[in-house]
Amino acid sequence: MTPPMTPTMTPYLFYTLAGLAIAGSTLVVTRRKPVHAALALLVTLLAIAGLYLMLYAPFVAGVQIALYAVAVTALFLFVIVLMNLLLNQPLKLQPPSHSVLRFAHRDYSRVWPVGLAAGCGLLASFTYALVKSRTLFPDRMVSPSGSNTQQITTLLYGENGRPGQYILSLEIASLLLLVTIIGAAIQVGSSRSVIAPLKKEEPRPSVEDRDERRITNH
Amino acid sequence: MLPITTVHYLVVAAALFGIGVSGVLTRRSPVIVLMSIELILNAVNLNLVAFSRMWGNPQGQVFAIFVTVAAASQAVVAVGVLIVLACGVVARGAARNREPSPNHASLPNGLPNGDAE
Repeated sequence: MTPPMTPTMTPYLFYTLAGLAIAGSTLVVTRRKPVHAALALLVTLLAIAGLYLMLYAPFVAGVQIALYAVAVTALFLFVIVLMNLLLNQPLKLQPPSHSVLRFAHRDYSRVWPVGLAAGCGLLASFTYALVKSRTLFPDRMVSPSGSNTQQITTLLYGENGRPGQYILSLEIASLLLLVTIIGAAIQVGSSRSVIAPLKKEEPRPSVEDRDERRITNH
Repeated sequence: MLPITTVHYLVVAAALFGIGVSGVLTRRSPVIVLMSIELILNAVNLNLVAFSRMWGNPQGQVFAIFVTVAAASQAVVAVGVLIVLACGVVARGAARNREPSPNHASLPNGLPNGDAE
């Protein structure tokens, strides 16, 4: 086997990043509190961005950091905070009436062994297929030529007046983002219509009421 | 130490995919299910970029960017749905608090049983 990449320390860096990614993703799946899961997801996404850098894909690594590690994780943290505000207040008024079994099933589905077995079986079959078909993949990777970002931009937008190969896909992606924005706005409007009659019926300023006002007012 | 080849990256991506599938199938909290879906999409991205590196062709990276865009918009819409559902839960809970009913305990981490499953 010939080394595909010349820099030294590459295997150590790869195993560190891969271990970080796998450990972080395991934590995402196993942690009870969603906040811990979100922070583990952040670690995982940053490790994957490092793997992209090792694969000589700096543009994808930048997109990964800017879009996934910052925007999506912040979105998840935001929704965790918001749902705690919305849901935990009525929960505290309840007496703890659930049994031990219910408590164990609060975080995991009732059929979690089946799900775990399915995931492990999928992983085992993937790994088996990859290791068996190892000879199919060429050992030496083709070295990239030219600027990575320029190549991607050429494929997306084209050059010298010619449209790029993926210009239609780019337009569809932008349309998808537009539809997403409109959909999010409509969802916010519908949730406001859910809360608005509630405020009218409950003039008494309770903790819930304060939280709802905070949500509807901004 | 063995040099790092494409298969190494593919094994890492397969591990991420398997862990993500396990998370989607086992967890009940909808936020964590969404995070597991992000893990799955990241595994796909890692595969795409690894193959792009293998062939020295940036088209795989273009596809990875498209997958990222789709994942981001999916996360936004799913989070919006979650917030709308949570508002509905709050409205129902307030209605139930007004006329006390015997049993509406056990809200799981995200949503009550009917909505989370």
